[in-house]
Amino acid sequence: MELTNEYIKQRLEDKFGEQVTQFETPYGMFSFETTKENNLKVLQFLYDEPELGFQFLTDITAVHYPDQEGRELAVVYHLHNLAQNVRIRFKIFMPISQPDVFTATSLFACANWMERETYDFYGVNFVGHPNLKRILNVDEMDYFPMRKEFPLEDQTRADKDDDMFGRGGNIF
Amino acid sequence: MSRPVRFNIHPKQPDIHNNVAIAEMPPGLGGEGYFATSLESVVGLARKNSLWPLPFATSCCGIEFMATMASHYDLGRFGAERMGFTPRQCDLLMVMGTISKKMAPVLRQVYLQMAEPRWVLAVGACASSGGIFDSYSVLQGIDQVIPVDVYVPGCPPRPEAILDGILRIQDLVHAESLRRRNSEHYKALLNSYGIQ
Repeated sequence: MELTNEYIKQRLEDKFGEQVTQFETPYGMFSFETTKENNLKVLQFLYDEPELGFQFLTDITAVHYPDQEGRELAVVYHLHNLAQNVRIRFKIFMPISQPDVFTATSLFACANWMERETYDFYGVNFVGHPNLKRILNVDEMDYFPMRKEFPLEDQTRADKDDDMFGRGGNIF
Repeated sequence: MSRPVRFNIHPKQPDIHNNVAIAEMPPGLGGEGYFATSLESVVGLARKNSLWPLPFATSCCGIEFMATMASHYDLGRFGAERMGFTPRQCDLLMVMGTISKKMAPVLRQVYLQMAEPRWVLAVGACASSGGIFDSYSVLQGIDQVIPVDVYVPGCPPRPEAILDGILRIQDLVHAESLRRRNSEHYKALLNSYGIQ
């Protein structure tokens, strides 16, 4: 039996009902959204069901949407069914003032480093993570550089050509 | 027919006059069997023509430096034949490539482990100023952590530019006073980098 997007959607809706929303297929990749308390349940369900079998966690990352009030941070989970070569992803949203989600390290060992990276760059606090500290940036850093309120370049430089660095120059 | 190389066992014409580079003699008093000059110029001459570079290559400039080391550009012509990949006996630190903020303490430690007298050559835009990487993770020029003697511009600089940087370093080494490293000015410079 082939694993189709419709079938996955059907199974998810039977199990979680109203708590899975926003089903869409951008560029052919099935994706949906769930509530932030539900992330481990959804991961466990997709892992355990023999017909679904999403047993490989490709990536965890986050997105910052500064315009969405109360749901500024999204954590994105990418899953892969290796047997049938099907990929899906889902997002969970949370307010930036309280970015706490449950850690997936008990389900996937590789989530350890992925969540550390997500914490490093976006400041998502993974509750229950065994070693939540920065992994790529220097430990002394006191901000989360991939959040959009953080300017990518230093705005006070005078010794570099502004046209090249997005500081008010015009490239056209 | 054997090749006419210099060290043939049976040379046709022994030739040592046209293919051995000899450094310029310092100014001094010479005569029959003696030559008197200042110690400073002799030491400068010796240091200048026996630099031991320590390549600290992290990115593309390092690849360009490999071309400079190789046979075509042949850095060894300038007496800098021996690369030391250790701070132990080297006196020229060549920093080539992007230095991230995480790498800065390592670079500084390598510099501190080198014995005086030591010189620093910053090769390329990244080592000199951060280059195109004007971002949160990149050190905006290594002169924020260690003192630099010569900057080589370019992204990446051609091997000729790196050779030019080496020659500029040689000029500095040649002209440096023996008392410079003990001067108040030099100590103040190192103190501004937090080095005793």
